Amino acid sequence: MPSPVLRVCALYPDLMNIYADRGNLLLLQQRCAWRGLGFQLTGAGLGDAIDPAAHDLFYMGGGQDRDQALCAQDLVDTKRDALHTAVDRGAVVLGVCGGYQLLGHSYELGDEHLPGVGLLDLRTVRHDGPRLIGNVAIEVDLPGAGRRIVAGFENHGGRTHLASGQAPLGRVLKGHGNTGESGAEGAICGSVLGTYIHGPLLPKNAWLADWLTERALGLDEPLAPLDDGMEDAAHASAKAAAGL
Amino acid sequence: MRGAGWRGAVARGAGRASRLSGRGGTSIPGKVLLRLDPDAIATLSAGLPRRAAISATNGKTTTAAMAHAILARGGARLVHNSAGANMAGGIASTLLHGKGDTGLFEVDEFWLDGVVAQLRPQALLLANLFRDQLDRYGELESIADRWAQIVRTADPGTTLVLNADDPLVADLGRERWPAGAQAAKDSAQGAPGVLTFGVEDLSLATSGLQHASDSTHCRRCGAPYRYDAVFLGHQGHYHCEACGATRPHPDVTATDVHLDGVRGARFVLTTPAGSAPVSLPLPGLYNVYNALAAAALTHVLGAPLEDIVAGLHAVAPAFGRAETVSVGGRELSILLVKNPAGANEVLRTLALEEGEHDLFAVLNDNVADGRDVSWIWDADFEHLAPHLRRATCAGTRAPEMGLRLKYAGVPAERIVVVDDGLAAGLDRALQDGSGRLFALPTYTAMLSLREELTRRGVTGSSFG
Repeated sequence: MPSPVLRVCALYPDLMNIYADRGNLLLLQQRCAWRGLGFQLTGAGLGDAIDPAAHDLFYMGGGQDRDQALCAQDLVDTKRDALHTAVDRGAVVLGVCGGYQLLGHSYELGDEHLPGVGLLDLRTVRHDGPRLIGNVAIEVDLPGAGRRIVAGFENHGGRTHLASGQAPLGRVLKGHGNTGESGAEGAICGSVLGTYIHGPLLPKNAWLADWLTERALGLDEPLAPLDDGMEDAAHASAKAAAGL
Repeated sequence: MRGAGWRGAVARGAGRASRLSGRGGTSIPGKVLLRLDPDAIATLSAGLPRRAAISATNGKTTTAAMAHAILARGGARLVHNSAGANMAGGIASTLLHGKGDTGLFEVDEFWLDGVVAQLRPQALLLANLFRDQLDRYGELESIADRWAQIVRTADPGTTLVLNADDPLVADLGRERWPAGAQAAKDSAQGAPGVLTFGVEDLSLATSGLQHASDSTHCRRCGAPYRYDAVFLGHQGHYHCEACGATRPHPDVTATDVHLDGVRGARFVLTTPAGSAPVSLPLPGLYNVYNALAAAALTHVLGAPLEDIVAGLHAVAPAFGRAETVSVGGRELSILLVKNPAGANEVLRTLALEEGEHDLFAVLNDNVADGRDVSWIWDADFEHLAPHLRRATCAGTRAPEMGLRLKYAGVPAERIVVVDDGLAAGLDRALQDGSGRLFALPTYTAMLSLREELTRRGVTGSSFG
């Protein structure tokens, strides 16, 4: 049997990349390479249609306000239906920061209303108060992975409010999270994940890169372990920076 | 310095007190003075016949050092915040203590509006805007908006010196057109009171935009710029096919550019006063840009071309900006890295050097570095990876620096992560190998490195 290929689609890689988001893609790519798995990266920009059957994992990072507004409208106009179809057939969607906000229903910035794709049951509102900035650590409990820590950095002006049935990605141990008050961080619904944690996310939490890869490829067995001494040290460094 | 009266005396006293207490004190008197007299920068600088301000994400300190060297050849007596204290307090302190006829100030990009309003410089250099410390400065667009407001309200006597190759900066020239001159506003070319500089050597173009590139979309209409050449980050030759915005034709240019590794660069400088070959003792295309900026700025201030060329020949590196010292039997070249665009230029310059390199990468996450160390994943360490023999990583976030290099393609067995402090890291880096060692520290790591080298009795052109 030929080795599987992880087919990743980066949404708006030229616009939604503000917090070194390519680090997330690099983690996925290198860890596939070291395991002898194939890796295929496609970028989908403004106006590009996406084929829901052609990708196992969709990634969307954060962007500047102006770029995020451009992408929000385009996402709804040209990609929303295909994303829902892809999720229905099991694709993973990961949104970080601005990308996370657009996975919900809407983002209100004063007079401006950005539409979301509605893959997560949440709304985001720009807050007049200070941006929520700093090192952050949360505890997550993902299927098959048990209780683990995700650590990184957050920097967001929006406050994200989850609907009553919407599960957070994790519980804030250190830092602000979705609103700075709720104790919730991020959101998860099946294979759709959103979080404010960058740093970037996956280099500081290599175990999560593997979890996403297993899920995206629909593997029954866990991936073969790698020598993760340096990855574990980076994870510990990010946790320590957050005060854990 | 005249004009500050009793408030100046109180502020100077505060500076002495803070130095005696061992708390640095570079900007303390200025901070005290600004509390007592919020207009102190205006009052103190009014006595200086010539005034210039420099702002940019990258290259402020080096560009100011170059302008200093040029103006000093013409006999100028400079009041210059050369120690890099570039917020309002540091500038007020420099004015309080300085005596001279020419004010030369590098200004933090976020403090520029208040300082310019008071300083009313004859020349204001806006050199570049790059993604930098998002946790501290916020988004690039918001700084560009603040700068546009500065340009709109600047004194008509202020000549703007702009980087033609940075679309975010060059576009600010448009703000100089009077309301009603709508047709002319379509191009920054020839805007009144604007001098632009740029690189005209297409052989330097890279294969494409770097990952961390910003402002690749037209500031006027939002369409993506079309680049005919990319030189550095998002700097290059560009135009907007949607609205017709173009790169202004620069008044001050570099042609026939040769980059000589970490040793220096050569190019032909052309200003409105003529052309001359320049041999720059600082490396990399980023320093060619700094030299063009300094040449254009000092041209506005009346420096003749001979002084500009001689000043650029004579400039010594500021600390940590490609300075080389001798330590533990090895040469140590120190290259500050603080954001992706600056780091990329350093990495590109190192990759020009022959052979395999030993690297000492020191990543700190103190406030002055930016608490968020994400940026290392935007910097193209991939360019350097094939040239590394050994990489020693230290600093408050050493493990993450090590991991970045691993994913850039450096074999894990060539990476050493040292957790117990900069001194131990330096020892380890010096032990492993011979020949030149390249140190890449972040800002506070650079300050610690200077302290450590001084402690070991090492001296350099900028310290000791």
